[in-house]
Amino acid sequence: MMSEKSKLLIGTGKGLLVYERGDDGWNCLGDHFLGLPVSVAWVDEREGTWWAALAHRHWGQKLHRSADGGKSWEEVSVPTYPEDARLQNGKPATLRKIWVIAHGGDDRPGVLLMGTEPGALFRSENNGDSWELVESLWNHPSRKKQWFGAGRDQPYIHSIVVDPRDSSHYYIAVSCAGVFETMNDGQSWEVRNEGLRAAYLPNPEAEIGHDPHRMLACRSRPDVLWQQNHCGIYRSTNGGLQWEEVSDKDGFPAYGFALAVDNSNPERAWVIPAVSDEVRVAVDRALCVCRTEDGGQSWQEQRSGLPQSYCYDIVFRHSLDSDGNCLAFGSTTGNLYVSEDMGASWMQLSHNLPRINFVHFINIALDT
Amino acid sequence: MINRFKIPKFCIHKNDGRIMAKVSFTSALKRFYPDLEPKEVEAGTVREVLETIEEHYPGIKGYLLDERGRLREHVNIYIGERLVKDRKTLSDMLEAEDEVLIFQALSGG
Repeated sequence: MMSEKSKLLIGTGKGLLVYERGDDGWNCLGDHFLGLPVSVAWVDEREGTWWAALAHRHWGQKLHRSADGGKSWEEVSVPTYPEDARLQNGKPATLRKIWVIAHGGDDRPGVLLMGTEPGALFRSENNGDSWELVESLWNHPSRKKQWFGAGRDQPYIHSIVVDPRDSSHYYIAVSCAGVFETMNDGQSWEVRNEGLRAAYLPNPEAEIGHDPHRMLACRSRPDVLWQQNHCGIYRSTNGGLQWEEVSDKDGFPAYGFALAVDNSNPERAWVIPAVSDEVRVAVDRALCVCRTEDGGQSWQEQRSGLPQSYCYDIVFRHSLDSDGNCLAFGSTTGNLYVSEDMGASWMQLSHNLPRINFVHFINIALDT
Repeated sequence: MINRFKIPKFCIHKNDGRIMAKVSFTSALKRFYPDLEPKEVEAGTVREVLETIEEHYPGIKGYLLDERGRLREHVNIYIGERLVKDRKTLSDMLEAEDEVLIFQALSGG
């Protein structure tokens, strides 16, 4: 008989931590890469490979994988930009950060996609042994003229959504440029920013220049896309052809980075509001997770178990994850919270961690 | 005071014509290459030093150089007491029995 045991991978500024749900609650099993900044902590659910991207301060970006659930790690090659790849300023493009890794579809074992900074999509056909730049996106006419960095010198690709019905159909999100869709496995790309508003641009309705902080799709209804954007929360019900703002009309929630969606309910999602970019702290210095059950028409504030005074936590874009009724998030100030009732109440797992960059649930199948 | 007589590069080879340099490393790299030890290598330039080191410690170049072959921003190399000048193509010449030190910028946090 098979059962499942939940684990949490926590990518921090000082290593990768692993938590496990036992009979007595969540316990930390240990850490990996002590002292090293982890920018991605992710598990390929298809065959269970663990991935950790490291952002060394001195030695560049590195990529490690584990085929045995973290017992041993193997360093594998990172993507390299082609020799003639140039930034907007004409300087050679070199890898600055690995932002996200996604698998290329259940029907394509070994295919991986990776979003990087400066803004590029890389593809591997051999489970990360080697990577190739998706040149059609790198050569998209908008990149050199209309993409720009957000809080970083260069634009970056932080979200990849692969359609579970068709692995050649996927979306990427760029800060700053917006959302792009391919229907032909990356041969060509369509801009999907209709309905977004970029208040900071001279023309807020410009086709390109938007700042989606995080984009996700509901797995059971892949045409329902969500994004926590710099300028609000947006939802699309037609695969990104049209976005609608679903921020609260009174402005809370609106700004933030983190987003989680319910993979079985296209109406349900969570965000963690923050004060807008000038300040970047929890709204009213109180942590709150907002949940919608009606596709963003209304938002419930969920605060039980979360600090409500003098709280300066920000939750980064990859630091909130959901898995059924469970949610987990980690903050810039090293606080880690878990909820097992869809956010109605929260347990603090630690308040002593380094800055948290990435939170990822995994389910381990067990023979019982 | 050490009176260091500057020998022209064309006549500094050892008797057999080779230039040997002793290369040592920051201890920080031992984390990734536990067997890393100072090495005497035959090399005329810093680039040749790194090529030889790479043969002994595969992958180490990726820690020291970016994918364009330039010295990473926070990596420094001394030849004797002199920092390398050419960080792009690593063409600084070595002299016989030069000591080469590879280390990283010092930073906290």
